[in-house]
Amino acid sequence: MKKRKKLSAENVIFTTCNTTFLILLSAAMLYPMLNTLAISFNDGMDTVRGGIYLWPRIFSLQSYRVVFNMDTIYGAFMISVLKTIIIVITNLFFTSMLAYALSRREYIFRKFITTVFVLTMYFNAGLIPNYMLIKNLGMINTFAVYWVPNIISAFNLIVIRTYIKSIPESLIESAKIDGAREFRIFLQIVMPLCVPTLATIALFVAVGSWNSWFDTFLYCSGKQSLSTLQYELQKLLASAMNAGNNPAAASISASQAATQGGATNVATSQSIRAAITIVTAVPILLVYPFLQRYFVHGLALGGVKE
Amino acid sequence: MRAKTLALEKNRRSIWSTIILQRELIIMSVPLLLYKILFSYVPVTGWTMAFQNFKPSIRSMWDQEWVGFDNFVKLFTGINGERFIRDIRNTLAQSFLTLVVSYIGSILLALLLNEVKNVGFKRVIQNITYMPHFLSWIIVAGLVSTALSFPSSGGIINIILMKLHIINEPVQFLSNPDYFWGIVAGSHLWKELGWNTIIYLAAMTAIDPALYEAADIDGANRYRKMWHVTLPSIKPTIVILLIMSIGWILEAGFEIQYFLGNGLVIEKSETIDIFVLKYGIQMGNYSLATVAGIFKTVVSIILIATANWISGKLGEEKLV
Repeated sequence: MKKRKKLSAENVIFTTCNTTFLILLSAAMLYPMLNTLAISFNDGMDTVRGGIYLWPRIFSLQSYRVVFNMDTIYGAFMISVLKTIIIVITNLFFTSMLAYALSRREYIFRKFITTVFVLTMYFNAGLIPNYMLIKNLGMINTFAVYWVPNIISAFNLIVIRTYIKSIPESLIESAKIDGAREFRIFLQIVMPLCVPTLATIALFVAVGSWNSWFDTFLYCSGKQSLSTLQYELQKLLASAMNAGNNPAAASISASQAATQGGATNVATSQSIRAAITIVTAVPILLVYPFLQRYFVHGLALGGVKE
Repeated sequence: MRAKTLALEKNRRSIWSTIILQRELIIMSVPLLLYKILFSYVPVTGWTMAFQNFKPSIRSMWDQEWVGFDNFVKLFTGINGERFIRDIRNTLAQSFLTLVVSYIGSILLALLLNEVKNVGFKRVIQNITYMPHFLSWIIVAGLVSTALSFPSSGGIINIILMKLHIINEPVQFLSNPDYFWGIVAGSHLWKELGWNTIIYLAAMTAIDPALYEAADIDGANRYRKMWHVTLPSIKPTIVILLIMSIGWILEAGFEIQYFLGNGLVIEKSETIDIFVLKYGIQMGNYSLATVAGIFKTVVSIILIATANWISGKLGEEKLV
């Protein structure tokens, strides 16, 4: 009896410590985001005084008004959305189509094509040769450079193929007996059955595309109309970090941002940056809960490979 | 002899008939194969630049001046060599520190989450800790630079450290090279800690509850159960992930270093990837940048193949 009591006391201490630690950890994860949110809704001039933590002191929508009136940000937002949608659709379609072909045991080129794709997971020609290829293909400063090089990824291919292999063979055979062609089997039988995996992969591809910055920086930095949100944010951050050593530059870039938006009130660079960060982060965080119910399952599957 | 020819003939005919029979599968896959060859294999021909004094103004690859292994020598000697070797050191150090911190951190967090009995609370904590994974590196860089700035600009780290009287003066984290590796590791930890627990938590759900019951009967307390039941059960996952991360050690990531690096900390911030970017794209020295890229690819392949081989030896599934 005594022992049990001691044990439960130990349990209470452990649970309390564990809960406290986990709450503190979550606070550390959430604080930077909540702080940015608070700054983005706070009056710009007031923010400069400091002391904004989790809640705006003087509520203001000024920074968002400025951000949404900046032509560069509006254009970049549209390009980011368009690019993400196109990549998700093309990537899912082509990757799963190839995965279906490579899952057919009787297919004669199955081994060869699989090897060609799997090898690309190990090596990369490197930045410069890839850049030269894109340049020689005439894709610098075109929208195509965002999605054409990304329609298939070897890793996703293997994950989808593994999943397709778990679909009962008899299902596909019976469709064949009914006279369905391969493409139709893929589109109408296999693809609908792959929804959990495809949802997971869609999430990963969407996050990757939305968050990518390097492709814009490397291939499209010469054309403002192809700029993306991440790239615009990076430019602002870079100028803010330079301004850290040189406060005069900060106020200049802030007033530039303000005049660009045609705003009467001055919004500081810090508020503008916070607002753009929120505009950049929120869309992807919104997609996540919808796809979340699929992904733990899908991710566990992804771990099982051949 | 004649029979053999006949068999061969028959064989050839059957290959053709298979191809015709499987034409739909071929139409579905071969164009994508050609696509992959164009985008992943054709660029390898660009490795010839490593053996040339490459000038972008000359159109044909064969009209370039061939210099043999000069570029390889240049990369490791003289002023370039000093810089490149420093960058290899930075890459390895940042990668290693990141690996140790996030590896231990995510196993610990998974163990602690596994002990939470309240399902709702566990799910909330999980979702909050997963969230940073979905933010881009550029956003993370912005948040990190704000958190590490002066108290007057909202630098929460300095504010907390000063409130706790650990420091009296605010620390200039981002302009002191000594802190840079730690900042890189810390940023990775913040972004990926929760996300990395997923695979361990998945492994923990597969543990047979009977093992815990048996441990209970033997009078094991909570810590003993963690140490003697949970950890050994997820050991295969732990080992595999460790081996694989060593295989990827040259991939230190490059965005956070690029965004947070500045002239003051370049000694500790520049990695191989940034070296390639600066020499290749910004300075136009394509040949040297290609050599550096080849070096990285070759070393990576060796490391990954070794890691794969070791995990095969240990009787685990090959991950890559």
